[in-house]
Amino acid sequence: MTTTVTVGLGSCGIAAGANKTYDKIKALKESDKLDFQLKKTSCVGMCYREPLVEITDETGTYLYGEVDADRAVEVIEKHINQQDPIRDYIVYTDLFDAPENDFIRDQVKIVLRNCGYMDPESIEEYESREGYNAIKMIAAEKTSREMVIDTVLKSGLRGRGGGGFPTGMKWKFANANKSADKYVICNADEGDPGAFMDRSVLEGDPHSVLEGMIIAAYAIEATGGVIYCRAEYPLAIKRLNIAIKQAHDKGYLGKNIFGIEGFNLDIYIKEGAGAFVCGEETALIASIEGERGMPRKRPPFPAVSGLWKKPTNINNVETFANIPWIIIHGAEAYAQYGTEKSKGTKVFALAGKIRHSGLVEVPMGMTIRDVIFKLGGGIKNDKKFKAVQMGGPSGGCIPEYLSDTIVDYDSVNATGAIMGSGGMVVMDETTCMVDVAKFFLDFTCKESCGKCTFCRMGTKRMLEILDRITNGHGREGDLEKLEELAYQIKDNSLCGLGQTAPNPVLTTIRYFRDEYEAHINHKKCPAKVCRPLLTYKVDEEKCTGCMVCLKNCPVKAITGERKQKHLISQDLCTKCGVCFTKCKFQSILLS
Amino acid sequence: MRIARLRTNTPSANGDTQDLDLLDPIIAKYKGKKGNLIPLLQGAQELYGYISGEAFDKLSRETGIPLSDMFGVATFYAQFRLSPVGKNIIKVCHGTACHVQNAVEITESLEEMLKVKDGETTEDRFFTLESVACLGCCSLAPVMMIGDQTYGKLTGNEAVKIVKNIRLAAEN
Repeated sequence: MTTTVTVGLGSCGIAAGANKTYDKIKALKESDKLDFQLKKTSCVGMCYREPLVEITDETGTYLYGEVDADRAVEVIEKHINQQDPIRDYIVYTDLFDAPENDFIRDQVKIVLRNCGYMDPESIEEYESREGYNAIKMIAAEKTSREMVIDTVLKSGLRGRGGGGFPTGMKWKFANANKSADKYVICNADEGDPGAFMDRSVLEGDPHSVLEGMIIAAYAIEATGGVIYCRAEYPLAIKRLNIAIKQAHDKGYLGKNIFGIEGFNLDIYIKEGAGAFVCGEETALIASIEGERGMPRKRPPFPAVSGLWKKPTNINNVETFANIPWIIIHGAEAYAQYGTEKSKGTKVFALAGKIRHSGLVEVPMGMTIRDVIFKLGGGIKNDKKFKAVQMGGPSGGCIPEYLSDTIVDYDSVNATGAIMGSGGMVVMDETTCMVDVAKFFLDFTCKESCGKCTFCRMGTKRMLEILDRITNGHGREGDLEKLEELAYQIKDNSLCGLGQTAPNPVLTTIRYFRDEYEAHINHKKCPAKVCRPLLTYKVDEEKCTGCMVCLKNCPVKAITGERKQKHLISQDLCTKCGVCFTKCKFQSILLS
Repeated sequence: MRIARLRTNTPSANGDTQDLDLLDPIIAKYKGKKGNLIPLLQGAQELYGYISGEAFDKLSRETGIPLSDMFGVATFYAQFRLSPVGKNIIKVCHGTACHVQNAVEITESLEEMLKVKDGETTEDRFFTLESVACLGCCSLAPVMMIGDQTYGKLTGNEAVKIVKNIRLAAEN
């Protein structure tokens, strides 16, 4: 057996320096004429250990973490040349207890089945891992469209973009509307800040998305396919383009594909131009048509009148990636995971103040606590867990005391948050919930397309109130005003963006009212985030008199001689925070 | 609505001469095709870094798409720029994960160092500083992207150091 060395080259790996690691290993292999196969793969989800290098030899598989170029030299020398694996650097292996064994073992990988396990730029590797078997099976067994739709229905798969609408139902509607032209669209406009699972799937396993789309196209008799992908994901677009070309070359796209007479399908990529509202399906269609991405009234639903007024089916990246697995393994196999109303697995993007930030795929029904503490490794720097934000700007903050909530669509909805696309941003005691609410509202306010008055102006008014509160000018009655505006915006907006925009504010008021009250009544920010509510003081014990803060203070509020304790004049201080940032000795105190 | 993007206090486009003939292949490729407006604008921006008044005029004249429609679309999407940008665009991520891990500090440090505000371009047109919603590298938060390179786990000081080094490398 040849030894293989595989380097993880997803966006996160590359950002952590994986290209340098790859180049180093390649150079070593060439200069020393080493006998191993060097391969590339994508993200395995363990972003917090990047760059990752996997070595497989006759003894087993070893995953090395944090392999920068220097460590790569060491690993190659020891493991390859001396056949002596370096235990201290191994984060996962089948052979002995390694620090991240549980992280891998507690997951059930369906969507991410290939991510990090194969070269995403090779159609052969995808095919060696059951790739394109699902559609070949359908073609060989002459499975009817209705049977395919039925399988998807029975699997219980629900839209993974956040809506949670049963995928099979969507297909059924699109199939029911007859037309010579129909379209299948993949929504890869992952605009929710804090979610990156779609990027990871597109970068790590683009063919599974294509295959899912091909199966959907077969089921609804679509003639054209579009992948609407964010322009912010250049690597995903590059790998999708490679995958589409390979599929064309193999005859998997084009005319009479898979030997099915009359099954013609072409798929092209449409790069989004940067508008969050384009995640909404009617806005997305308007954008593909070259218009401003503004949603329109439904009905008619896209299944009746979508792209170019033809019946159209839109699903999210993760939804499509599930499809081939469901067809091969059957609806029952999929439905064995999950809860009564939410079947299968869900990918979560863990980020924020969490130790193991990265991607995890778990069966629906796991508790939030288990996701964060078992898989996520708990909170960074041993701080206190405060809340988890789910569903991005449309979602809400779930407080620590509700963390035994299980993750499925209905349980998460009951807390006031939403499952959304699966971003989990973890917050600790140093996160100010009013600031978080303001952050999301600022986002939705900017991203509102402007069509509905309540969304356009209401979010702006809410933002002004929050601005006031975080600046220390909160007034009595502000919370009631916020709530009133929130419900008006929810009731009077056309699309999901407006209907959900107030959720972050509503959930934070519901669960963290005391924090709002501290800001409004006592002009204090308990988490010490909102600068206008803080006082900056010099810690006389720690101050070395280095004069850095003094020189950088834009209003000259700091006085003191070299090697003497400095003093901040509270009358002059504008609370810009520069001194706090610049001080190398942590001697500026916040209170 | 992102009206903030229409700020015009970036170096003026006066004195720029653009070779508008470069637009011809793009116009030939998309003219008359349905849904062509966004690709036309993306193509123009790819060429010049932004879409100038002259480019708008020419695109409109030759494709027959009304100028008002073009402007309407160009101002709707965050991607399109209507004024010149620097050689290097610094995109500081302000996604949720970056926000809770102090992305504000990075923007402020860079503002101070480059002497520009968020969204503006330096005098010498070497850098443009921008805030973006999410780069999808949340596990490395806070993050910024310059060109195709992403830098993670930053502090304000580190970000400044990286930007300084890019300028130094270009000067030598």
